[in-house]
Amino acid sequence: MSVLIFVDQSEGHIKKASFEALTYGVKVAEQLGTTAEALVLGSVSDDLASLGKYGVKKVHQVNNASLNQLDAQVYAKVIAEAATQSGANVVVFSHNQTGKAVAARVAVRLKAGLVAGACALPDTGNGFVVRKTVFSGKAFANVSITSAVKVISLNPNSYTTIASEGTAEVNQLSIAVDTPKVKVTAVNKVSGEVPLTEAEIVVSGGRGLKGPENWGILLDLAKELGAATACSRPVGDAHWRPHHEHVGQTGVQVAPNLYIAIGISGAIQHLAGVNRSKVIVVINKDPEAPFFKAADYGIVGDAFEVVPKLTEEIKKLKAK
Amino acid sequence: MKILVCVSKTPDTTSKIAFTDGNTKFDENGVQWIINPYDEWYSLVRAIELKEKDPATIVHLVTVGGADTEPIIRKALALGGDEAIRINTDNSDSYYIAAQIAAIAKDGYDLVFTGKETIDYNGSSIGGMIAEMMDAPYISLATKFELNGTTATVTREIEGGEEIAEVALPAVVSCQKGVAEQRIPNMRGIMAARTKPLKVVEPVAADALTAIVSFEMPPAKAGVKLVSPDNVAELVKLLHEEAKAI
Ligand SMILES: Cc1cc2nc3c(=O)[nH]c(=O)nc-3n(C[C@H](O)[C@H](O)[C@H](O)COP(=O)(O)OP(=O)(O)OC[C@H]3O[C@@H](n4cnc5c(N)ncnc54)[C@H](O)[C@@H]3O)c2cc1C
Repeated sequence: MSVLIFVDQSEGHIKKASFEALTYGVKVAEQLGTTAEALVLGSVSDDLASLGKYGVKKVHQVNNASLNQLDAQVYAKVIAEAATQSGANVVVFSHNQTGKAVAARVAVRLKAGLVAGACALPDTGNGFVVRKTVFSGKAFANVSITSAVKVISLNPNSYTTIASEGTAEVNQLSIAVDTPKVKVTAVNKVSGEVPLTEAEIVVSGGRGLKGPENWGILLDLAKELGAATACSRPVGDAHWRPHHEHVGQTGVQVAPNLYIAIGISGAIQHLAGVNRSKVIVVINKDPEAPFFKAADYGIVGDAFEVVPKLTEEIKKLKAK
Repeated sequence: MKILVCVSKTPDTTSKIAFTDGNTKFDENGVQWIINPYDEWYSLVRAIELKEKDPATIVHLVTVGGADTEPIIRKALALGGDEAIRINTDNSDSYYIAAQIAAIAKDGYDLVFTGKETIDYNGSSIGGMIAEMMDAPYISLATKFELNGTTATVTREIEGGEEIAEVALPAVVSCQKGVAEQRIPNMRGIMAARTKPLKVVEPVAADALTAIVSFEMPPAKAGVKLVSPDNVAELVKLLHEEAKAI
C-alpha cells in the first residue's frame, strides 16, 4: 500500500501544479498511514532529489525520450505499470491539461474509481470520500470511491503547497515505453505570459473596456502584479483577446488567490468559472452590476480612470 | 469515415443549483435542460462540417441516459447527424458510462468526439476512458481539428499555449472552443430530426467504481467592501494588509 504522485513536467521543468499534487499526496499517505512516492516521466533538468522537501521519500523516473512529448496512451501505460510495481493503491494527478489527458486512462488500466477535479483531502473515516467541484464551481459533490485502487486528480490552486527540508532518493525505473501514435509537430507558447490556470493573480476584462485598443491599461496592471490576463466570453468571441483567455462556465475555470474583474457584469456563466478565486475585486461603473454580489472588494467607477490609478498605487507598494 | 459524437444532457447555465433528499440529489425542479455546450457547439458542429465536406461520412450521436434525454437528442439531430443511439441507463459513474460508449465505439468508428467536459460534473474524463477501453490514442482539449485521410491534425491546449499534433485514427478527441462555431438549428433540420432513427439499446455489463454521497453549496460570501474611486490607495492597502492577496 502506498500513494503514487504523478509529477508533470514541461521542457524539463516541474510544473507548479505538481508541487500542490505532491503536498496533497503526501497528506493522503499520512492519513492512510503509508508512504508517498513520486513518478516523473521523461528527461528533467530540475533536481529531482529536492522533491523530498514536499515529503516524498522516493522519486521514480522513467527517463525515455519518447516521454518528453505527451501521448496519453503511452503515458497511461507507463504510469499504471509504475503504480502496480510500487504497490500504489492511490494515484494522485493534478487536474491540469496533462492530468485531464492521462488520469482517466490510468484509472481504466488500474480498474480504479476516479475523482477528477478534487478540491479537498479524502475523508477516510468511513470508506474513501473525495470532495470535488461540480456545476463549474457552483457546488461541491462528495464522491465515494468503491474500488480497491483509487485515482484522484486535484484541481490546480485548490491545495496550498507546503515545502520544508528533505531530499528524496531518485530511482530509475525500467519500464517499456510504446511507440507514440501521437506526434507533436509544433509547440506555440505565448512567451513571457503567466499561464492562466497556474496564475496566483488574474486580471480580467469584459465588454466594459469597449474595444481591444483599450487593453493597455489592463496589461499594465497585470504586468505590475505579475498576473495572467483573462476575459469574458463576448470579448473572446469578438476576438478582442485570444480565445484561450475566455474564462467562465464554457471557458477556462480558474481559482487564483486574487481575481480582478474590470468592466465585467458578472453573468452567472462568468461567475461559474471564477467563483473559486480566494479574493475577488470588481471594478465596474454600474453599482447594480451582479458581480458586486460575488465580490470581496469593489470600486464603483470608470475603469479608464480607476485602473491606471490602481497600477500606480501597486507600483508605490512594490517600491516600499 | 465513421464518426461517433458523444452528447449529454446538462442543466441550462442559468439554472438555480439546489439539492434535495438531504443534499443527495440535484433538484431538477424548474430546471431547463440543454445539450452540454461543449458537445453541441464544438464536437457536434465539427462532425457535421466534416460530413458537409465529404458526404460519405457517417455521423452517429450517442448518449447515455433515460428516456428523459430524448428531447435533447432530437435537438442535437436537428443540427445534423444521421442517427442517434441512446444507451438506456441512469448510472452516473464515469467508468460505467465510458464502458457503455466504448462498447458502441468499437463497432468500426474511426473517430470519437466528446466535449472537453460536461458543465455539471466537470469530470473531463469520459473521453480518456473510452480511448483506453478502445486502446486508441486520445487528444484532449482540442482547439482545432483537421482530417487528412487516415490521420488527423489536432491543435490542443497546453499550459500557456498550444501544441499541434498528428494522430493516427481511430482516435478519441475532446473538443472545446476553436474547433467549430456554434450553429442554430433551422426549420429544415428540426423537421428532419423528427424522423431520424433514434435507437435505444440496453447497457452492457460494467462496474460502477464511484458514487456521489452528497452535495454541498460553497459558503456564502461575507459581502462586498466598497472603496471610493477617489481612494484607490485604500483598495491596495486592503488587498495587501487585510486580504494578503498582493
Ligand atoms: C450557454 C452560455 C454560456 C456562457 N458562458 C460564458 C462564459 O463561460 N464566460 C463568460 O464570461 N460569459 C459566458 N456567457 C455569456 C454571459 O451570459 C454574459 O453575456 C457575458 O459574461 C457578459 O460579458 P461582459 O461582462 O464582458 O459584458 P457585459 O455584460 O456587456 O458587461 C459589461 C460591463 O461593463 C461595465 N462597464 C461599461 N463601461 C465601463 C467602464 N467604463 N468602466 C467600468 N465598467 C464599465 C458595465 O456596467 C457592465 O457591467 C455564456 C452565456 C450562455 C448563454
